[in-house]
Amino acid sequence: MEEILEVLENNSRLNCEEIAVMLGKSVEEVKDAIKKLEDEGVIVGYNTLINWEKTDREMVTALIEVKVTPQRGEGFDKVADRIYRFPEVKACYLMSGGFDLTVIVEGKSLKEVASFVAEKLAPLESVLSTSTHFVLKRYKDDGVIFEKKEKDDREAIVL
Amino acid sequence: MNMNDMISPTVKNIPPSGIRKYFDLLNEMKDAISLSVGEPDFVTPWNIREAGIYSLEKGQTHYSSNAGLIELRSEIARYMEYRFGLKYNPREEILVTVGASEAIDLALRSLIIPGDEVIIPEPSFVAYKGCALLAGAVPVVIELQAKDQFRLTPEALEKAITEKTKVVIIPFPNNPTGAIMTKKDIEGIVEVLKNKDIVVISDEIYAELTYEGEHVSIASYPEMKEKTLVINGFSKAYAMTGWRIGYACGHPCLIDNMKKIHQYAIMCAPTNAQHAAIEALRNSYDDVSMMVREYNRRRRLMVDGFRKAGLDCFEPLGAFYVFPCIASTGLSSDEFCEKLLMEEKVLVVPGTAFGNCGAGFVRATYASSVENIIEAMKRIKRFVDRHRGLHI
Ligand SMILES: Cc1ncc(COP(=O)(O)O)c(C=O)c1O
Repeated sequence: MEEILEVLENNSRLNCEEIAVMLGKSVEEVKDAIKKLEDEGVIVGYNTLINWEKTDREMVTALIEVKVTPQRGEGFDKVADRIYRFPEVKACYLMSGGFDLTVIVEGKSLKEVASFVAEKLAPLESVLSTSTHFVLKRYKDDGVIFEKKEKDDREAIVL
Repeated sequence: MNMNDMISPTVKNIPPSGIRKYFDLLNEMKDAISLSVGEPDFVTPWNIREAGIYSLEKGQTHYSSNAGLIELRSEIARYMEYRFGLKYNPREEILVTVGASEAIDLALRSLIIPGDEVIIPEPSFVAYKGCALLAGAVPVVIELQAKDQFRLTPEALEKAITEKTKVVIIPFPNNPTGAIMTKKDIEGIVEVLKNKDIVVISDEIYAELTYEGEHVSIASYPEMKEKTLVINGFSKAYAMTGWRIGYACGHPCLIDNMKKIHQYAIMCAPTNAQHAAIEALRNSYDDVSMMVREYNRRRRLMVDGFRKAGLDCFEPLGAFYVFPCIASTGLSSDEFCEKLLMEEKVLVVPGTAFGNCGAGFVRATYASSVENIIEAMKRIKRFVDRHRGLHI
């Protein structure tokens, strides 16, 4: 049932009947498989990918490199937990290399993100340093190219 | 001078394509869904496009050798062996052409003495008959039957063979029916042909696009290897239709003679596209399997859609076409397509475009997005519900 994931990853709006037909399975089988994948935390959500730049909503995104001191017995997980619970944090990854955590933060303005870093993130006890990079333009997200024209411009041909 | 009198009767007598008129209508229509074009909707995978760009950057803008870049021919040889168990010497037995289309033309022109018969199973790709006629051959059509799942049977083949038969075309996986030939089916054909002096042109351009079991090439039977010309290409499996790269593999004597025509008419296949094709063979296997899985899902969706609309639809196991029978609507293939386009803005192609025995069928391609297919199937169901009973 790996293939269900491939189908849903590309289009989470398909219903169980459609997926069942596409995979040559029964609707019951598909429902069960999806439930199982949800229960196991393989499928963790059904989101819509939005290009906010095309809307009126003001939004800025920053990628913040964070150095932290790991805590005894807890490693990095405890610090990460303190950080990713803030709703401003859209993503948080543990990294190999020169710093420890990548934190992706969204806010309405530069000021809002800056104050999040200054007031919430940097003062955390185990945070040693932060380095904030603002996103200027989003070309591709989650495998989707934003500016791509989706028009089918194939010409008719006799074959 | 009347130019029309100057045109060769052979060319003049080739009928214009029956589907042109729909395309003209389609072009004027907004939000029409076209399930009519026989090519992938996928864009060529980026690594292949990038290899093409890189080759231009490097200034690889010259002719290649007539037979094609030896590097590409070697990759083709490797591919044919590991994929289908077919061994060809890249220097003598492989010719790179401008699409499989050119290979079909070259093969027929190299083989046909005017009056020779070419056996063409139909419904099938429109070029076989056209090229056969242009080469001066007499096309002998075998009408494939829905009851045989549009496969070629040994009996039908046996019946079509005469002393004048020079060539048999084996067009599987098939455009427009989506039919394939299993190992067992091929074996039946081998039995008929193995002791005959008849050349087989096996058009295997859809070989990668099969959905149950692996494609079997007739050339993989030792009795058939010498007399079979295998034609394949990059258009379908790698979504490279516009690059125009195909190839033919077969007996060195046939390849050599085909190469003579090729070198006068074409010189060589586009060099840039040949470099891209090398990348396709080396590094695109995952992309091909991804596309095949996606086609398979769309295939099931479309077959299910036609069946839910109440149309008989045999299960196509190859290529990217569905070939439902529309006779139960009381409409002819042509009427069905025209009314469907005008009333529901969905374009499919009448089966008759692929031979007279396509009457009562239409071809729809699932090389279109899932959303398009779902919407088109809704419209087709509405259309069939409305017309059923109206015309009988
Ligand atoms: C059966 C068959 N053979 C050959 C071709 C031509 O392919 P190419 O683009 O390689 O010329 C097509 C294209 O539609 C086809 O359907």
